[in-house]
Amino acid sequence: VTNGVPNLNKKEIEVTFVKHDGTRIKTKGKVGESFLDVVVNNDLSLEGYGACEGTLTCSTCHLVFKKEDFEQLPDRPEGEESDMLELARGVTDTSRLGCQVFLTENMDGIVVEVPESSNDARLQ
Amino acid sequence: MANRLETAQIDIIERLPVPFGLVRFGVAPDHANLKRCVNTFSKTAQLKNVRFMGNITLGKDVTLKQLKEAYHVVLLTYGVDDSRKLDLKGSNLKNIFQAKDFVGWYNGVPWNKDLPVDLSDTTASIFGHGNVAIDIARLLLSPIDKLKSTDITEHSLATFAQSRIKQVHLIGRRGPLQVSFTTKELRELLNLPNCCPIWRPEDMQNVPEIVPKLVKPRKRLTELMVDKFQNRQTPKLDDKQLAMIFHRSPKEFTGSEKVESIKLQINRLEGDDLLDKKAVPTQQDETIATSLVVASIGYKSVQADGDIPFNSQLGVVENQYGKVGKGLYTAGWVAKGASGVLLHTMEHAFGVASVILKDLELEGLGQEKPGFDFVRKVLDERNVQVVTWEDWLKIDEFERNEGKKLNKPREKVVDIEQMLKIAAT
Ligand SMILES: Cc1cc2nc3c(=O)[nH]c(=O)nc-3n(C[C@H](O)[C@H](O)[C@H](O)COP(=O)(O)OP(=O)(O)OC[C@H]3O[C@@H](n4cnc5c(N)ncnc54)[C@H](O)[C@@H]3O)c2cc1C
Ligand code: FES
Repeated sequence: VTNGVPNLNKKEIEVTFVKHDGTRIKTKGKVGESFLDVVVNNDLSLEGYGACEGTLTCSTCHLVFKKEDFEQLPDRPEGEESDMLELARGVTDTSRLGCQVFLTENMDGIVVEVPESSNDARLQ
Repeated sequence: MANRLETAQIDIIERLPVPFGLVRFGVAPDHANLKRCVNTFSKTAQLKNVRFMGNITLGKDVTLKQLKEAYHVVLLTYGVDDSRKLDLKGSNLKNIFQAKDFVGWYNGVPWNKDLPVDLSDTTASIFGHGNVAIDIARLLLSPIDKLKSTDITEHSLATFAQSRIKQVHLIGRRGPLQVSFTTKELRELLNLPNCCPIWRPEDMQNVPEIVPKLVKPRKRLTELMVDKFQNRQTPKLDDKQLAMIFHRSPKEFTGSEKVESIKLQINRLEGDDLLDKKAVPTQQDETIATSLVVASIGYKSVQADGDIPFNSQLGVVENQYGKVGKGLYTAGWVAKGASGVLLHTMEHAFGVASVILKDLELEGLGQEKPGFDFVRKVLDERNVQVVTWEDWLKIDEFERNEGKKLNKPREKVVDIEQMLKIAAT
């Protein structure tokens, strides 16, 4: 999945995903890519992440941003993204779908949380 | 699990010669984007310690006892195979269907391919206010051009192309606050082109006032309904119509051969929990004309093998957080009941996987087990043709090629014999 932005000369920035068990995955992504692209292109082991390949139909790409980062994002979730976000568990005020948020230069070093997708107590 | 237990051999045993369960046979043909998740599933199926073994039915070709003898861990994820039925006067009239069969008919479930669906008249009634009911309503109300390029089976597409259905009643036994649609699906239905939603003002009474008291996601879902109700329009001459009907349960179907009308019992709501009120019948009823009925009032599972601890009332395998007994686990709809979208099923599956991994860590494996070699012996005795992943890829390619001729992503093979023949080439 690409967003049509040619990535040849785009600047690389550093992105860290924090899994719910605390594991940190530090990786690189190019400006213009979505967070989903970063996961896919770097083959990160986030189970089930991005199942619908960025077509806004699965919500498996849920991410939680730090408040200050969330506020810096150029847009807010709306329309279909909000419809899909409401299905995800543990949605917060700073939740987004990773396939809808694109890297910008000022995000270098950003840390995002991949919320717990499962938990024994929640199985039912 | 395959990633975390690299030395383990994981075999996926599937009744059909083809993978993907309800993603292939349930998810609506016009929801192609969600179906992309099969790429993720395929990646898993092709991991070096995972094998797909199709055309093997638990409870028929192999028993649970045999599987337990073969494997250290058995995980039951066989989904739902039955549905709640309307057992009413007139239920046996023609053109009354269970949603499960109707969905199976347009999605290529081998045993539903000959369902005698008749869309030659103008009104349809769908019972149930969940996403499956929405899928069916949407397909009945969509312009045919939107369906042509999907993987809908050719035999049902031909019927849809001839459809004269003009009005669909979407009927629920409770009110707008108790529906189980998701917002996205409802929005898609209410926004269909050339289709006008019809609301009954008495159903929406007091609903706008309650919205501020609700929390997400119920709040946004209800806001959507209120918004569409308050901005409702009168249908144009050529419009199809979607009648949103609340507080009604079917009581009796009438017709000479085919269903012609339904007597609906009028319900009132009782109970303190605003979002979980009970529908209680009143003495009043209402009769509406209809030429097609689809009951979408819930799927449930079956006990695939006599040794599976099963709760027939709920239609689920008895389990605690996915654990059934030593070495026996369950996940997905067969474990938690038939509700929730794919995301929720995946979450459940990941949760059960972590329970299994934890147990294995604590309990260890014990003695060696023979794995599929043992199952193979059982199957050979019964002459069962096992369909591997490579075999499925042949069926997949065949279906894509057939689809290409029709400008569709695929044309599903709907006959198990034919699937097996292709697999054996
Ligand atoms: C009509 C419909 C539409 C849906 N649309 C959407 C949607 O648009 N978006 C969304 O997110 N979710 C949708 N869902 C929900 C989604 O399909 C489910 O969440 C998910 O598929 C459930 O997965 P499962 O593995 O529990 O069951 P299944 O997907 O049903 O898998 C069970 C598998 O077990 C096999 N099996 C059955 N019996 C046996 C046996 N005895 N031995 C061996 N194998 C057996 C079956 O053939 C099947 O392949 C829809 C569901 C339905 C019913
Ligand atoms: S990848 Fe499916 S919604 Fe983002």
